[in-house]
Amino acid sequence: MIFTLHNKIERNSIVLALGIIAVSAIGGLVEIAPLFTIDDTVEHAPDMRVYTPLELAGRNIYIREGCYACHSQMIRTLKDEVDRYGPYSRAVESQYDHPMLWGSKRTGPDLARIGEKYSDLWHTRHLVNPRDVVPQSIMPAYSWLLENELNTTDLRGNLKAMSRVGVPYEDSMINLANRDAVAQATPSSDDVAGLIARYGPATSVRVFDGDSQRVTEMDAVVAYLQILGRLTEIAHSEQSVQTDTNDNTIKAEGS
Amino acid sequence: MSVSERDKYSGHMTTGHEWNGIKELNTPVPKILIACLSAAFLFAIGYWVLMPAWPLGDTFTKGTLGFDQRKHLAQQMIESDNNQTRWTDPIEQLDFDAIRDNPQLMAIVRESGPALFEDNCAMCHGNNGDGGKYFPKLNDTSWLWGADPNAILETLAVGINSAHPDTRIALMPAFGSSGVLSAETIDSLVLYIQSISTTETSSTTETTTTAENINAGQAAYSMYCAGCHAQDGSGNIEVGAPNLTDDYWIYGGDSVALTATLTDGRSGHMPAWESRLSLSERKILTFYVLSLNGVGDNP
Repeated sequence: MIFTLHNKIERNSIVLALGIIAVSAIGGLVEIAPLFTIDDTVEHAPDMRVYTPLELAGRNIYIREGCYACHSQMIRTLKDEVDRYGPYSRAVESQYDHPMLWGSKRTGPDLARIGEKYSDLWHTRHLVNPRDVVPQSIMPAYSWLLENELNTTDLRGNLKAMSRVGVPYEDSMINLANRDAVAQATPSSDDVAGLIARYGPATSVRVFDGDSQRVTEMDAVVAYLQILGRLTEIAHSEQSVQTDTNDNTIKAEGS
Repeated sequence: MSVSERDKYSGHMTTGHEWNGIKELNTPVPKILIACLSAAFLFAIGYWVLMPAWPLGDTFTKGTLGFDQRKHLAQQMIESDNNQTRWTDPIEQLDFDAIRDNPQLMAIVRESGPALFEDNCAMCHGNNGDGGKYFPKLNDTSWLWGADPNAILETLAVGINSAHPDTRIALMPAFGSSGVLSAETIDSLVLYIQSISTTETSSTTETTTTAENINAGQAAYSMYCAGCHAQDGSGNIEVGAPNLTDDYWIYGGDSVALTATLTDGRSGHMPAWESRLSLSERKILTFYVLSLNGVGDNP
């Protein structure tokens, strides 16, 4: 039976090689093929904003510190998750995430809807020493974020790289990335008007870390955490639950 | 060409390969494994037929059961909402007094309150409402915006200095760094404020200089502080100005902390919960935070 066939294949190297290619192609096809139709399968969110340079810098630090190892950014379509964290994640919400930070393990809670749930001060104190605000926390302290001045010099290149993989950053955004990053954490700066003009009135311009004199890595991380789940309102609109439940989107998320 | 033969010890065939008299057994795969493997394959084929499975360009095979995780979830949410309306509706419609008089509703309130508080509020205000530096204590009897349940409900909905359009706004101006008050005036104000508070201040020794300073502080207090904190320092719940005469300090009552508060100002931030918590949840939380001080008058 099947083993006799396998015996024959094993004895013919060309047939064996073709067989291996055919079998592994199935796995590749299932993963890769949906990407060719991603424009049709991911829902559209016209209100989708891009990350500001400061938020992008915070995202880079989030990756650098390995936050994704313990925190997911993906609320699944399960009742207990929706009850606890809020509306489930949509594919389009990760549209400008390169790479996506959905994560695969929750030692800490999911962060997909953490934006503006707590105050900047809480985030700052929590990152400096989690035990100060949550006595039972097992999260490590990241106190150096408050000490390190934010390195803004590579942000321009960072935005450019993002624009090359499809994030709609305009030339002015790329050229002024460094100044925009500083302006977002310095409300008194003259550059704030330009920042708002480029990134929209919903942009949060605040002293995120409580120190108006410097722009620290803490400013960037808190700015990033406060935007999580707030780039688009699509997940919150009841309409999208009813009508956008078109079957295509599920597959796109599964890819 | 090699020849397979039956091994006389194991009863299985050999592969027919032989190296210096050593032959290789060709033990067949155990039948149970083949059976399990076949069952798994059959299950997979059945699953492909019944459930959404294979991608096909910009669509996919839907499966004969028509199962959709999102629709399933929406259905679950509707069902649980329907189950809960028997108590969420009365909690949303009745006022606080009417809820308090209803033992069945209060049982729900007592049951849900701690979990809601722990999930949403304890991060800042502490597990028992103890608060902490920068985050107000909730298990005492002083309330920045008043002890009226409706005031607390309002704070929960719109937050304080939050992004909500109707947010409560509480701002302690930066008297020092804006140049309104000199460092000396602030020093004397600190002494005066400490003198009206019931907090024990150890370092201050009663000297004539101190007494003069306190008087100078009192004059400055009447001019700059009394507008919000009241002439007697008891605060004003209309603008969320804290009571200065008790022994509780959000930002610390020592000279260093008070000087910092007067110099750079303060504006605490309480997020708005209207979009995250339903009205019934916010009402339950109002009951819960009012019960934290253990005074017993669970409203």
